[in-house]
Amino acid sequence: MAQGVIAITEQRDGRFRKVSYEVVSEGRRIADGLGCPLTAVVIGSGVDALGTEIKAYGPDTVVLLDAPELADYRTDAYTNVLAGWLAGSTPAVILTGATVQGKDLAARLSARLDAGLAMDCTAVALQNGVLTCTRPMFGGKIFADVQIQGAPQIIAVRPNVMAIAQQPKEGAVEKPAPQLGEIRTAVVAKTMESGSRIELTEADVIVSGGRGTGGNFQAIEDLAAALGGAVGASRSAVDEGWRKHGDQVGQTGKVVSPALYIACGISGAIQHLAGMSTSKVIVAINKDPEAPIFSKADYGVAGDIFQVLPAVTAAVKKLKG
Amino acid sequence: MDIVVLVKQVPDTESLVQIAGDGVSIKKDDIKWVMNPYDELAVEEALRIKEAKGGAVTILSVGAQKAQETVRTALAMGADKGLLINDPKAEGGDALATARILAAALKGMPYDLIIAGQRAVDEDNYQVGAAVAEFLGIPHITLVTKVELLDGRIRCQAAVEGGAVTVEAPLPALFTTQRGLNEPRYASLPGIMKAKKKPLEVKTIADLGVDPARVGAAGRKVAIKALRLPPERKAVRMIKADTPEAVAAELVRVLHEEARLV
Repeated sequence: MAQGVIAITEQRDGRFRKVSYEVVSEGRRIADGLGCPLTAVVIGSGVDALGTEIKAYGPDTVVLLDAPELADYRTDAYTNVLAGWLAGSTPAVILTGATVQGKDLAARLSARLDAGLAMDCTAVALQNGVLTCTRPMFGGKIFADVQIQGAPQIIAVRPNVMAIAQQPKEGAVEKPAPQLGEIRTAVVAKTMESGSRIELTEADVIVSGGRGTGGNFQAIEDLAAALGGAVGASRSAVDEGWRKHGDQVGQTGKVVSPALYIACGISGAIQHLAGMSTSKVIVAINKDPEAPIFSKADYGVAGDIFQVLPAVTAAVKKLKG
Repeated sequence: MDIVVLVKQVPDTESLVQIAGDGVSIKKDDIKWVMNPYDELAVEEALRIKEAKGGAVTILSVGAQKAQETVRTALAMGADKGLLINDPKAEGGDALATARILAAALKGMPYDLIIAGQRAVDEDNYQVGAAVAEFLGIPHITLVTKVELLDGRIRCQAAVEGGAVTVEAPLPALFTTQRGLNEPRYASLPGIMKAKKKPLEVKTIADLGVDPARVGAAGRKVAIKALRLPPERKAVRMIKADTPEAVAAELVRVLHEEARLV
């Protein structure tokens, strides 16, 4: 019987995505606060090793839902096995990462279980046994504090926000037979970019460019490479065709929370600010000292990005030796 | 091919959103209301499929009386007819409650394909499309950037972190849109004139036979306790020096020593 807090991990091609550690660590905190057990769930094909790995983050029990049909994420297959495993039990909380996969799964599962869902949360607070989730709305222009009625409460946490805490526990590993149910979707192809590229929503550092780049992202690419970060873009840079849609940060693009966000040649349209305002430290570099981006930044440089960025890249390389 | 597009009227993304006096909703006046940008992609894709394969495009929305404007906009783009669920009992619902209304409306109409935005840019729930598909018992595919209709099936390219997957599902199915799918057309003047004569039906919760206790504010499972503005950052610290090299050195120093980031 599944009870307490359930943390649903996410793996791709046999490797955990970073959000899995965040979800299990946050699950541990919530379970301790509620005084109930934490179960980490790993879904996939041949995931025994992952079940061992996730013990480092403190689950009381690890549940492996393992079948060849679960190798690739498919909404119906993953929803079926989770709902099948949960059948007859009502856990207090189900946690997922608010990744592409996690959001999709949480949304379908909420309807299947008729359970309230707080999507893309940046904080979960516990007081007197009641969880209050903070979630940005309107692309981050407004924060909402929400409470979910009934059980289970499904909470999808924004990637890169929850602290990872290692606290190994020799928990039991269970491997119930997955109830696959009817699976109607099929993954017929996958096209992944080269492995070295860092995904925007998981990146610790993002260097973004806007109209001020004039379409030349070389200096931005160089700085991102020096910092081990990812490259983002404003909507106007994407609309100009300088970058692809997947690079867009903003209310109609990706919402990101890196430790460091460097906005280069971005004026700071409200819809861009909405997508990056939960970054921990924001640096703005723009030749217009009046640009609105400076009102949201921690550090600002009023200057030409084509002069400043190469100098910053050189300084970073020098520091890192 | 009967295609239904789910649309929502939302505040324009350029608008300043302010919290109302009750502390749990936003000020509704002085806002420019538009069609959710992801729904524009959905309408456009429906029209392209209709143009290629024939059929009819129906626009379905839950919203205030004012949301008729958004349904009309979709009709002006070229959709055939509209249905707005307008009822005080439908208002103030969470994503699941709204999906329940949409699914009830869909059960009363023919559909082979349902298209929805990946999320509405107001509450950012990313939930309605998937929940509607679940309530109807049909497959769904999210974040679609390319669509191909095969015999009785749909093949979609869907965006995932770091790449794309191609997923097939039998019809009827629902998919949600991602930027890159298409460039939505603007409504033409003749289109706007024609839209005025296109059928736009308005129904209530009672018309759909939905239990009012399960929708709208009464059916909410996710209760908003407070809305607040994001925490303010301290005033920006401008880094000034005589040369780009000196500016860069100082910036990297503060990021290294103070923010401990580099």
